[in-house]
Amino acid sequence: MGEKMSRRPYVQELSRTTWYFKQPRYMRYMAREVTCIFIGAYTLILLVALLRLSQGQAQYEGFLAALQQPGSIVFHVVALGFSLYNTFTWFNVAPKALPIQIGEEIWPDSVVAIAHYVVWVVLSLVILFWAGVI
Amino acid sequence: MTGDRLSALQVELEILRYNPETDTEPRFQRYSVPCKNEWCILDALNYLKDHLDPTLAFRWSCHMQVCGSCGMMINGEPKLACKAFVRDYTGVIRVEPLAHFPIERDLVSVADDFMDKLKRVKPYLIPAKKRSIEEGEYRQTPAQLTRYRKYSMCINCMLCYAACPEYGLTKSKFIGPAAITLAHRYNQDSRDDGRDERQEEIATNEGVWECTFVGACSDVCPKHVDPASALQQVKIASTVDWYLEHFMSWVKK
Repeated sequence: MGEKMSRRPYVQELSRTTWYFKQPRYMRYMAREVTCIFIGAYTLILLVALLRLSQGQAQYEGFLAALQQPGSIVFHVVALGFSLYNTFTWFNVAPKALPIQIGEEIWPDSVVAIAHYVVWVVLSLVILFWAGVI
Repeated sequence: MTGDRLSALQVELEILRYNPETDTEPRFQRYSVPCKNEWCILDALNYLKDHLDPTLAFRWSCHMQVCGSCGMMINGEPKLACKAFVRDYTGVIRVEPLAHFPIERDLVSVADDFMDKLKRVKPYLIPAKKRSIEEGEYRQTPAQLTRYRKYSMCINCMLCYAACPEYGLTKSKFIGPAAITLAHRYNQDSRDDGRDERQEEIATNEGVWECTFVGACSDVCPKHVDPASALQQVKIASTVDWYLEHFMSWVKK
């Protein structure tokens, strides 16, 4: 046999704190992940609403009044923007998780994505109708 | 300048060099390479090695996007050097070995870890009942072929591993996009019955649950295999398995 090979590979490290600055697509991924905080915030507000509702009419009306404060309105406008961003990004990648094959044909990604949007709009309208808004 | 034919483009390459015998860490070296307009980066590297610096080490074989050997980072993006064309770049082109893998020398990555991972997922048909030659071949309809065809196009170029931050952040513990996609390819095959064996490897924390769906693997795949899609399908199937096992154990898989 020949001489032993001298191997001394150089190990490349990925920074745990700054890796997402390396590529724009990593930044987009982080934006998608971080905006879920606003979905969480909405969920918490809904839970507080249920809590106040359970405590009686006065408490619930106090909660509704708090929602109409300027700070609350600014928060909701900002949170709505980020929540929509989060929703759009997830709907757009949904076809990857749910490919649909009928016979020998795989449906285009757009069909699955559009189906998500349609269901979203229909459910929103049903809820708004049920709540008496429309 | 050796005449118009060769000097159509003067390309500046900044190439990562690492000599394990003399260097403690990699460094960059600049080269000015006369290229033809239709050349890819691999052509430029071959010209460089033949005419300017024979010490440069890099892997390549087919020059036609089939062998998967010439994967490298070009301006920070994982690419096959035979599929990246010099005319599509302006300014200095930075060429580095694939991210996240140890560097053997210059642009050559250590692929041992990837090879081990491929073996772990049992990437071959495991039929329920072996057929004898007299019984003939395993037959399959075009629709059954469609279920896994896309995932069988992988050329093991490792670009998806270089794109995947999870692979880098877990210091290569994550089994990774290509290997899990290959497992999915066999799981989707009507002739195969080896899913339970593969799930032992891939439905684990170091397997598919390490994936956070960054999606970079599918962006960089030169063969449009779409590993991100395969991995999300494996997650859904594994979740269904868990529910069936814990809440509906009377239902047969």
